[in-house]
Amino acid sequence: MADLDDDCEAMTPSRRAVLGAAGALFAWSFVPKFAYAAAGSRDPRFLLVVLRGALDGLSAVPPIGDPDYAGLREGIALTKDGPDAALPLDGFFYLHPAMPNLARLYASGQASIVHAAATGYRERSHFDGQDVLESGQVGPGRTDSGWLNRLIASLPPGETVSRHGVLGVGVVPPLVVRGPAPILGWSPPRMARAGPDLMQRLSDLYGQRDPGLARALTQAIETEAIALRSSMNGDTRGGGGPDSTEGMKRIAEGAAGLVGADDGPRIAALAFEGWDTHANEGGAKGRLAQLLGGLDGALAAFEQGLKPVWKDTVVMVVTEFGRTAKVNGTVGTDHGTGTIAFLVGGAVKGGRMVVDWPGLKPEQLYEKRDLKPTTDIRGVAKGVVSELFGLSGPVLAERVFPGTGALAPMRGLVG
Amino acid sequence: MATPDDSRTSGIGLQRFGLGARPGQPRDQRDAARESMLAEVARGVVAQPLNPPFSGAAEIGGALFAFEDKERMEREARRVAGQAQAMQVAAAPPNPQAAQNPQAPVAPQAPAAPQNQMAQPAKPPNEPPLPFKTYRDEVVARVQLALEAESGFAERLVQFWSNHFCIAATKSNIGRSMAGAYEREAIRPHVFGRFEEMLVAAESHPAMLDFLDNRLSVGPGSPAGKRRGRGLNENQAREILELHTLGVHGGYSQADVTNLARIITGWTMVGREAVLGFPGSFAFNIGLHEPGTQPLLGKDYAQPGKAQGLAALTDLAHHPATADFIALKLARHFVADEPPPTLVASLSEVFRRTQGDLAAVSRALLESNAAWNAEPSKIRSPQEFLIASYRALSRKADPGQILGPLGVMGQPFWQPSGPNGYPDTNAAWASAEGIKTRIDVAAGWGRQAAGSVPDPRALTEDILGPLASPETRQTVARAESKPQALALMLMSPEFQRR
Repeated sequence: MADLDDDCEAMTPSRRAVLGAAGALFAWSFVPKFAYAAAGSRDPRFLLVVLRGALDGLSAVPPIGDPDYAGLREGIALTKDGPDAALPLDGFFYLHPAMPNLARLYASGQASIVHAAATGYRERSHFDGQDVLESGQVGPGRTDSGWLNRLIASLPPGETVSRHGVLGVGVVPPLVVRGPAPILGWSPPRMARAGPDLMQRLSDLYGQRDPGLARALTQAIETEAIALRSSMNGDTRGGGGPDSTEGMKRIAEGAAGLVGADDGPRIAALAFEGWDTHANEGGAKGRLAQLLGGLDGALAAFEQGLKPVWKDTVVMVVTEFGRTAKVNGTVGTDHGTGTIAFLVGGAVKGGRMVVDWPGLKPEQLYEKRDLKPTTDIRGVAKGVVSELFGLSGPVLAERVFPGTGALAPMRGLVG
Repeated sequence: MATPDDSRTSGIGLQRFGLGARPGQPRDQRDAARESMLAEVARGVVAQPLNPPFSGAAEIGGALFAFEDKERMEREARRVAGQAQAMQVAAAPPNPQAAQNPQAPVAPQAPAAPQNQMAQPAKPPNEPPLPFKTYRDEVVARVQLALEAESGFAERLVQFWSNHFCIAATKSNIGRSMAGAYEREAIRPHVFGRFEEMLVAAESHPAMLDFLDNRLSVGPGSPAGKRRGRGLNENQAREILELHTLGVHGGYSQADVTNLARIITGWTMVGREAVLGFPGSFAFNIGLHEPGTQPLLGKDYAQPGKAQGLAALTDLAHHPATADFIALKLARHFVADEPPPTLVASLSEVFRRTQGDLAAVSRALLESNAAWNAEPSKIRSPQEFLIASYRALSRKADPGQILGPLGVMGQPFWQPSGPNGYPDTNAAWASAEGIKTRIDVAAGWGRQAAGSVPDPRALTEDILGPLASPETRQTVARAESKPQALALMLMSPEFQRR
């Protein structure tokens, strides 16, 4: 592997040349002249983690202080005492015991938790819910571009952030990063890499015959070069997928390596899977506990892998919607609405619950069924990226989250 | 039937609607691809894999439960033996053999067998546990069929429908063992049959009832619901409406989801106790079924028992929204991410007029000049890429050479990450990371096949023929080695797009 990697490095004609080529492909013919305030001296990093399948926020961050919680959750309710006690946050909310790293980060002021949150989507289709969450549109099916991509496309070209594009982790890039701005792709390598000469010849052929494939390959070569420079070239063959503890950790380590590199992308999105807990969800132990443990390990891997720039980093963890407040007939939960989001990182003004708690009595639930959303997750996202990247409200409302002018960016989330 | 006269358009037939050319396939067979595919539709029969590991879901269920019972007993025996050994070790001088390898698990029957005596006719080394072995053998059987198909149109339809009504082999031992049988039993027999029959076959298959949890759903007012206080699981009902029939914008409400969930309570799988039939087979369990009339999409369903679900599914199959949804998905799969609206409209019209006659819909697709003449814009999915490459390189269906590459390219058989199946657009498969991974895979195949291909240039002519651009021909001709030439052919735009 090692000498192949060296060849790869040597082969890359010149990173600047590749970047130039990519820039030409995307032809910044139209540069919007929105108001833009420089974000100061910080060189910020933003990672979005999408949990696919609708995480049960009432289990991840149980409101044990709410008198109605235990009754709704029956056998899977978490408790503040006993051998598998939930971890204390603010005396009302607790954290699932599978997440000790997050508890530590919260205690040290590097994590905030948003509860009873959702996008504006109120139906219960995973795929439409994810479309709204990732496209940043007010409804599903409106566009094939994602809000992180349009965010980058809204920054002045030549800025550090826009110059380095957005990283989409996985063989299939998440919708949130797709769009006109350059996308870098990466996933944990699982087989021997092709020789650099083959890559170059295909690059030439695509350049003559197929702009779409040419663009994809150019971006792939660029990411590979960054990965090699940030010495992520160990053979990481094997290991689980994005729904396993090991897989989440590997993906987080890889993303951290790329985003932490000096010449790496500043913005990344990745997805973990398997959160659709219809049956046998489990409480302090069981299936959901395992997934949350995997997420907790991934957060620790981000912290570790981004060490020099962790102070400038926000990791935002979101999911398409929540689950029913009441446990269902098969000791799981069905598709619901309100849920949680995590903000983690050295740049987070943390140690806080961000919540307007709606309560859990039947009449306080959404359609007498789901945790009622009282915080719009898009307002949280707008707040984080506006404070992190210095984007103004109008840009966010017109380009990044179109049609959300009435939804103010939440202030004071980033320290 | 007029065959498109342009030779390039005619050359696309085997790629767009089939599984790609094989070396030495007669020219006229390729030029007449449309006629031969229409003949497949006329025959109306889809081939079944030869030598599948089990004959059907019930047989798998029996074997699987026996396997799980045996595993549990062996685990228990190991635990007891381990305790006994620990006590012996504590009481007696250490056994030199055990000391050499303290980690080795102790075989339950023959813990002290001399080394020269075979304990029992053990399974061959590296033989995976039953569910994985079954899955692997089903994959091989399926791939073999695809490699042997003349045009592959029917096989492509099998892939399409299997993905539309997808299940996930990763959900459980049941899913892993039954994925292949599910496709053989619920999908293949209905590809040129009626949509409503495929719908019922899919929704009532034990693999689907396990995958979408309806197996465990209990009507709250049913005898079991009253007794045990267990209740509904609405997962399968929701996906029937959203993904299998009407589509998410098909005009149903949360109440419809819940009511359909009530309607199909009792649709379940026979467990290991074999109360209602053979373990692993479908059963309608009246003891779980929610009694009474249920409204769905403005109509009341008062039928007793299983008939209630059958009536609801039949109506959903004939719903106009279902026709539109299926027409769009089919056109998107075969023609373009944004297919010609006239094509979608005509497929939907045929679906409605024939009440979901899938042979008629397939015929309409093949006969459409809009479908035939569109520019090749779709990138082949990883599964299509693997099958087309194996056909082009005359490779065999070796399990390790299938599971590995499909896994890294992100599309292993029967393992989508959600019930919406694998994506079917270029945005999903023509990504930077996706292309890079494909190149790695193609490089490996080029190395492995180089010895058996006399001349990559001739193979490129043979496989791509009129589709090959001068640039691709030149790139293959100038390759520095035979393996590289083959990888270049496989990764050429004309091979990748259809």
